[in-house]
Amino acid sequence: MLASLAGDAVSYRTLLAQLAPHLRGFFLRRLGNGADAEDLVQETLIAIHAKRATYDPSLPFTAWLHAIARYKLIDHLRRARIRRTLPLEEADAVFAEERTEAAIARRDVEVLLAQLPEAKRALVRRTKIEGLSTAEAARQSGLSESGVKVGVHRALKALSQMIGDKRR
Amino acid sequence: MKTDALIDRLAEGVEPAGMQALRRRLLNGLGAGAAAAFVLMLVLLGVRHDLPQAAGTAIYWSKILYPLLFAVIGFAMLLRLARPGADARLPMALEIVPVAAISAFAWMQWASAPEAEHYALLMGRTWLVCPWLIVLLAVPVFAGTFWGLRGFAPTRPGLAGFAAGLFAGAVSASIYALHCNEGGAPFVALWYSLGIVIVGLAGALAGRLLLRW
Repeated sequence: MLASLAGDAVSYRTLLAQLAPHLRGFFLRRLGNGADAEDLVQETLIAIHAKRATYDPSLPFTAWLHAIARYKLIDHLRRARIRRTLPLEEADAVFAEERTEAAIARRDVEVLLAQLPEAKRALVRRTKIEGLSTAEAARQSGLSESGVKVGVHRALKALSQMIGDKRR
Repeated sequence: MKTDALIDRLAEGVEPAGMQALRRRLLNGLGAGAAAAFVLMLVLLGVRHDLPQAAGTAIYWSKILYPLLFAVIGFAMLLRLARPGADARLPMALEIVPVAAISAFAWMQWASAPEAEHYALLMGRTWLVCPWLIVLLAVPVFAGTFWGLRGFAPTRPGLAGFAAGLFAGAVSASIYALHCNEGGAPFVALWYSLGIVIVGLAGALAGRLLLRW
């Protein structure tokens, strides 16, 4: 390394050639992915080259080398983690959906409906949310039209009572 | 590209590493920054008028020496953080020494003063501007230090930036002490330190952005 720092190309070449398999082992042990490890070997060799002036000859060379290799590894892992998550534009859409008033209202309605008995919940859902007519709802649920009307009426009354209870 | 080919390319026509040049660049950067801060202090604030009388007092010297010692140790810390694999823990621990010294002096002054003077000892007359003037004077030192750090290879850019900020803040504070005519050690311990820490935090943020490689 010292000869390399002085600009001796032959010993520099020897040094890099010796470091390459060492670095390959270092990255392979930590990544287990041959292609990524080889990329990092090359990146680290370039960094060693670009930053060789930062080596202080009074300090151990291996500490310097490993600090650079570790830095490149962390850098790589950080980039890989970002890539694994959603692209930014899509993530924005996900949050926007969550934030809208409609989404919040929908969630509240579902919470309230969940407290109704099964039969009444189905009636309210059909007539008020899916928008079916009383006759259609009656056909689907097998009740008479007036039965549907009464059921929906009671369900809505129960719902408004729940809301009232919460407010109080 | 094959790794072997890369090695050939890198080794081809390799030049001496220029370790001296790297170091000189940092010294030039912070030297120019400190000089600019000094001129800024002269022009913008002016040296305190009672300098001859003040030069005989302990508080005058402690105001200069506390940040100066902090800066010297901070520089050692910075040099280590700027190089991969160098251990910065010793200078980091040593930074406690100037802080402990000024705190001890502050406590002594505090304890021996009547209670009616406590407020003045801590807040002085300029507590509102003191930290911010230190931040202002630190700007050129900060810029010069960061410029000088380019080419180094901090493996923890945030921490190295923090050290660079503390260093710039401390240099600035010792220059500011030539203008400042506060006489309370508790004032120095609190407000000087606050100014230094503000610059340090700015450095931590800037380091994460500017010192990556």
